[in-house]
Amino acid sequence: MMETLEIKRVFVPRALPLREYFSPGHRGCQGCGPALAIRHVFKALGPNTIVANATSCSEIISSPYPQTAWKVPWIHVAFENAAAVATGIEAGYKAMMRKGKLPQEKINFVALAGDGGTGDIGLQALSGAMERGHDFIYICYDNEAYMNTGIQRSGLTPFGASTTTSPAGKVSKGQNTWKKDLPAIAAAHHIPYVATACPSYPIDLYNKVAKAAAIEGPAYIHILAPCPTGWRCPSELTIEVGRMAVESGLFNLFEIVNGKKRLTLRVPQRRPVKDYLKAQGRFRHLTEEDIRFIQEKVDEDYQLLLEELEEV
Amino acid sequence: MARRVGLEVSIACSEAVTLANVDVIAAYPITPQTHIVEHLSEQVAEGHLDAEYIKVESEHSALSCCVGASAAGARTFTATASQGLILMSEIMYIASGLRLPVVMALATRTLSSPLTIWGDQSDVMSQRDCGWITIFCENGQDVFDQSIIAFRIAEDRRVLFPTMICMDGFHLSHVIEPVELLSQEEVDSFLPPYKPEYRLDPHRPLTMGAFTMPDYFMEIKKQQDEALKSTLPVIKEIWNEWGNRFGRYYQPVSCYKAEGAETLILIAGGFSGTAQIAVDRMREQGKNVGLLRLKLWRPFPHQEIRDAVKGAKLVVVVDRALSVGGQGGPIAAELRSSLYHLKKRPAVVSFVAGLSGRDIHIDQFVEMVERAEGHLSAGKIPDYEMFGVRE
Ligand SMILES: Cc1ncc(C[n+]2csc(CCOP(=O)(O)OP(=O)(O)O)c2C)c(N)n1
Ligand code: SF4
Ligand SMILES: [Mg+2]
Repeated sequence: MMETLEIKRVFVPRALPLREYFSPGHRGCQGCGPALAIRHVFKALGPNTIVANATSCSEIISSPYPQTAWKVPWIHVAFENAAAVATGIEAGYKAMMRKGKLPQEKINFVALAGDGGTGDIGLQALSGAMERGHDFIYICYDNEAYMNTGIQRSGLTPFGASTTTSPAGKVSKGQNTWKKDLPAIAAAHHIPYVATACPSYPIDLYNKVAKAAAIEGPAYIHILAPCPTGWRCPSELTIEVGRMAVESGLFNLFEIVNGKKRLTLRVPQRRPVKDYLKAQGRFRHLTEEDIRFIQEKVDEDYQLLLEELEEV
Repeated sequence: MARRVGLEVSIACSEAVTLANVDVIAAYPITPQTHIVEHLSEQVAEGHLDAEYIKVESEHSALSCCVGASAAGARTFTATASQGLILMSEIMYIASGLRLPVVMALATRTLSSPLTIWGDQSDVMSQRDCGWITIFCENGQDVFDQSIIAFRIAEDRRVLFPTMICMDGFHLSHVIEPVELLSQEEVDSFLPPYKPEYRLDPHRPLTMGAFTMPDYFMEIKKQQDEALKSTLPVIKEIWNEWGNRFGRYYQPVSCYKAEGAETLILIAGGFSGTAQIAVDRMREQGKNVGLLRLKLWRPFPHQEIRDAVKGAKLVVVVDRALSVGGQGGPIAAELRSSLYHLKKRPAVVSFVAGLSGRDIHIDQFVEMVERAEGHLSAGKIPDYEMFGVRE
């Protein structure tokens, strides 16, 4: 466990370990991207892991009393404090091991939250936890809205997406702000490891989680996780939609190791964002002109990313 | 051997927490709690206490870290006051629901607004229903003792509830008092290491904090309520053991010249010292007055308080908190509801006094008793009165 897999850039989830720590039978919707991402994350972490889960879809679908989908120790406390709870657990273990109350062993301390629990209401707790330098892994699965409460917009909902609190209407294009750049915010804390991932690229995701576990200190992994229910797309398109996000350059797979950023997947020829947008009902109302506007922004951002990579 | 020293009460609290050998402290500064956490930081920095001191960015995270650490099986402490406590409020309820024996020291302080840093009990009263064992302290020795006892109570397997000890902000937290400190051996003999039955352990995975549907919630709440009520005899037993070992006995409600008294003053916290002097003065003048000190707020000692007021005609309750637009003083309201079903019960007169650090002097206690007696003989008892307010 916790070794990176050699096979790269191939879509072979079969290469992943068979053991499940997030069991089937949870209450996720069909084709739930976050559930898939979480499965992969915990395959990479293995059994010596403790999870603090924020209130969210992932928490609700996995812990309906008296059942649980979790095979590793798991705690849910509240919506905005997964980072604080996880680092409290880490500190507790650190003290008890140092004082000889518990044997020394390597345990992965994980905080798991959605985009809302991470980038909006939980940003302060996350910042505090990263700044304090605990040895923990923060997993944000980004399904780009508050799905658990019925698809309300978050600070990470993309421009133009229609949600229940940023609805498209006669005088509204849906979400009117650009997506908050959480990986950059994490990186600004100068932690040893920051990465982005997507369950459409399971080996890349697996390897990044394994790396995060091996590195001492805080690690932040931001996973774009398509949600067919909230994105209004057929559930069999989860993987495809994730790939389109990456292939269009809208969501880039990279890692930042001790401040050094590199793409883990370089798209040879970016496909138009239109493919991605057209696949989802949340963007249905966008006009050709709107799509052009978004394409321009994606092009600009991608250019900036390439320049940034050349500089290092 | 016990050492008697002059100490600021906040420092006495930190010394006790050090002797309790906590594993994790997570706290955020706020007046008048700061001296407690500053001294604990020093204890850790100087190597007197081997603990992780988590320098959190807010009280919300302070208590969240404590919940995580306690769930991991660590002995855990935090301290706060006022705005800090209500920022923790969300997690207060959860710590209790998860049955985690976190210990908190609260230097009680007024809630904004208007902003004020001075003391009363509005912060602790705001958390009345959160399911924490809540203990009021009266003097420095009491704070030192309860800061150790709280761990023993909270961690007892018959208890397993977070426990809060309250000291009046400034009036108690910042005064220097003689305190008899205990040795490490003495504390260790009373307080065994925390050995949780359930904790977050990869070798024995479990799920904590699952969500429920309406078909389970009420059963779980009832269990929590019954469990908290059932801690009362255990708390008494532990206080009694402390008394037997160290000579200082504590009770949920303690009585002073209350036997056969017609009028009783009921108050919680450090101001009971002033009330006691007032009682002595009134006794000298031939008045049949006694004093009840409420030490245990949750679980509320219904039977003890009913027994204590049994023979009295009048109970004068002095609350340092106000339920705005409600029944006035929270302790008075609790007492009234506790007595309601008794056939023979004393009249209850509720005063709200001493808010935001305003003193209550000896003669003011006397005045409150006289006013209350006046209300009683006039046969007209107001719901409550704000005492000592300039008109
Ligand atoms: C303090 C607080 N505010 C609001 C909520 C309601 N709430 C629960 S989950 C949630 C949204 C979660 O969104 P996200 O973190 O993106 O996770 P997702 O449900 O999308 O997986 C909200 C608003 C809450 N539980 N607690
Ligand atoms: S709403 Fe979306 S994120 Fe939530 S369970 Fe369904 S598919 Fe998964
Ligand atoms: Mg979300």
